[in-house]
Amino acid sequence: MRRVLPPVLFGVLALGLWELFVTLGRVAPFILPAPSAIGAQILEQKQNIWDSALASGANALAGLIGGTLLAVLAALAASRSRFLGEVSIPFAAVVNALPIIALAPILNNMFESTSSVPRRLVTGIVVFFPVFLNLLRGLREVSPVHQELMRTYAASGWTFARKVRLPGALPHLFTGLRQASSLAVIAAVVAEYFGGLQDGLGARITSAAAFTAYPRAWAFVAGACLLGLTFYLVTLLLERLAMPWKQRLIS
Amino acid sequence: MSELASPDVVPVPERGGTASVVVDSVTKVFNRGRPDEVTALSDVHLTVGDGEFVSLIGPSGCGKSTLLRLIADLIEPTTGTVTVAGKPAAQARRDQEYGIAFQQAGLFEWRTVRRNVELPLELRGMSRADRRARAERMLELVGLADFAGHYPGQLSGGMQQRVAIARALAVQPPLLLMDEPFGALDEMTRERLQSELLGICATTGTSAVFVTHSISEAVFLSDRVVVMSARPGRITASIEVRLPSRDEAGRQAPAYFEKITEVRQALRA
Repeated sequence: MRRVLPPVLFGVLALGLWELFVTLGRVAPFILPAPSAIGAQILEQKQNIWDSALASGANALAGLIGGTLLAVLAALAASRSRFLGEVSIPFAAVVNALPIIALAPILNNMFESTSSVPRRLVTGIVVFFPVFLNLLRGLREVSPVHQELMRTYAASGWTFARKVRLPGALPHLFTGLRQASSLAVIAAVVAEYFGGLQDGLGARITSAAAFTAYPRAWAFVAGACLLGLTFYLVTLLLERLAMPWKQRLIS
Repeated sequence: MSELASPDVVPVPERGGTASVVVDSVTKVFNRGRPDEVTALSDVHLTVGDGEFVSLIGPSGCGKSTLLRLIADLIEPTTGTVTVAGKPAAQARRDQEYGIAFQQAGLFEWRTVRRNVELPLELRGMSRADRRARAERMLELVGLADFAGHYPGQLSGGMQQRVAIARALAVQPPLLLMDEPFGALDEMTRERLQSELLGICATTGTSAVFVTHSISEAVFLSDRVVVMSARPGRITASIEVRLPSRDEAGRQAPAYFEKITEVRQALRA
């Protein structure tokens, strides 16, 4: 309770100040709408927010799962082969530095306008890199003591990977996944700004803004925020379930 | 070894004979042929009898850890042979003829205490029920039966080191190899674990090679203290220790202090 209360109080206070600032300062709604106006829009649009959040959430989830699976396989391969490992890290770092979201318009043109595939592809690519890089680092960081011990047990390479490398790399995998889960939502939402199928939060935000319905646009932004938070929290929950030995440290 | 072996072959004691470890004319050179070539060990001979407790002591860089790793077959000698339990060291390692513990406990943090102790048994293909029973017995031996379900992160350093010793003992090896296992512990914990270790070795009849840089630890634990010196690493003295008893009284005995002085002088020489 004592850990939850301060941030909640701070949030309420910040919203109150925001409201005061907008009403007392006569700030135009197209510059910054008041929280009360946004709240009213959230209530009015809640069905639309829910539906578009589901669509964006589905895209983010598909990309997250696909990108993660691919990243795990790639990291396993790269950790086993010296050559792949040496080649892949600088390569991944360079590709990671590209604004991958900028691929969205190109991908949109490659598929039909009714297809969800381009948004999911962008999300998958965005997810791939943090998971791949973190997991690969984890797979390579095996403590020398563990290495020597497994040698004294005459353990094979595969046994070593399964019993030591993989469980040892789990914390790194989840570090990557925590970054990736938020990025997945951002990518799924923002990819819609560049065309393609328009049934998600991103499309709602752009169209509301185009109609100068700023409180409504903010209402959908709030929806995107909640969606991102949901993804992040679910990842944290999975992390706790997957690594019971860390429970004391995370909680 | 068959009778047909040529006469110049070094006689290897039979399994169950009198020698647990035979290190014969071993030299170890690291980075051979490179400018940073180091002779870590030069012409080392060492025999550890069955049930004998031998400590290796010496300044850092004297090759005591290298010698231990050679016995464990974690590295290979440049020249000479290492025989463990009557077999070449590599074969002995594959047969898990020894248990090993390092200065770091090196527990697997994602496994509970019990499953850490079970790991070497698991890799041997022992059945689930058997290894569970064995691990619980080993944990009892080190006084941690109540912590079987804990994770290593929940234990103190001394408790973790005890788990590591239980794990080293799990396969019930005839030989225990230890590289400064109590080095990172405080004096009180260290003394308690020393007594525990002696009790375990006595009841199980395990031989031990124990690397340390503490003179008092070496004297208290060992039947024989092997003193080494550096550059190049070699054995300079081998001191038999016969304490009247290995307990608090033993730590007060005149023989204990005499041996400490003897080892100290050997280290200075």
